[in-house]
Amino acid sequence: MSCVEQMKYKLHLERTSFKEAREYIEKNSDEVYYVDPGYKIFKDYYIIGVPPVAMGVRGNEMLFTYVKPCHGTFVMGIDSEEEIARLRENEKKKIEKSLKKGGLKAKADSGPAPASYGEMWKK
Amino acid sequence: MLVMGCPEVPVQMSMVIYLTHKLKKSGWDVTVAGTDAAVKLLKVADPESYYVQKTVDLDELIGDVVEKKVDFDVCFAFMHSDAGMTYAATFSAISKAKLYAVVFGKNAEALGESIDYPAEKIVAKATHNPNPLKNKIDKVIL
Repeated sequence: MSCVEQMKYKLHLERTSFKEAREYIEKNSDEVYYVDPGYKIFKDYYIIGVPPVAMGVRGNEMLFTYVKPCHGTFVMGIDSEEEIARLRENEKKKIEKSLKKGGLKAKADSGPAPASYGEMWKK
Repeated sequence: MLVMGCPEVPVQMSMVIYLTHKLKKSGWDVTVAGTDAAVKLLKVADPESYYVQKTVDLDELIGDVVEKKVDFDVCFAFMHSDAGMTYAATFSAISKAKLYAVVFGKNAEALGESIDYPAEKIVAKATHNPNPLKNKIDKVIL
């Protein structure tokens, strides 16, 4: 049994499909973040899911999908400022990483600056 | 690696034992993962571990693969429900193993079509009779 089941949680959706659970989180959260399957929350729960795996923030509550092989997918909500902060930090890192990649690519694509208008049109 | 889904459909346990035996005869080192209930069913059916020597809890295995403590060359993920399909998607994302999605049960065809992650699909509408699934598994060349 995962530590999540021993915490104080709310069940927002029960025994549904993963797709419906994802849509619920997307429609009912103030903020939505997407993580990879295997994203770790709390002490020992690794998120099970079909990418893109949505996680939501609603006030102090973090909404996430919880999958049990014989019972389907649940949408759980647990109050955790710490986990919400980690989600936001994770998103920030993802954006910074993509900006760095984009920056390097843009630099590589740009080449030397054109010396004249004619040269610019040739490009 | 063989990943069992919910054990409520009878053909799964039969095919897990069959496939483990077949793979071992071909020289593979096989581990079977499942829920507590699925592993118990397997151990009762094979009390002296003649067919299956290594079993592991499904959620523990996912943690170990994510933490890069373990990985496999090939993964057969058994599924007959949306939850099973979701577990297999997770393995597709976290593991480097070549993934075979073994889809069975009443809604096998629709479930098979819903798989949109990299996996070789083995689909048979089998619930009680394992032969349609066995015949398809026999065609897989490793």
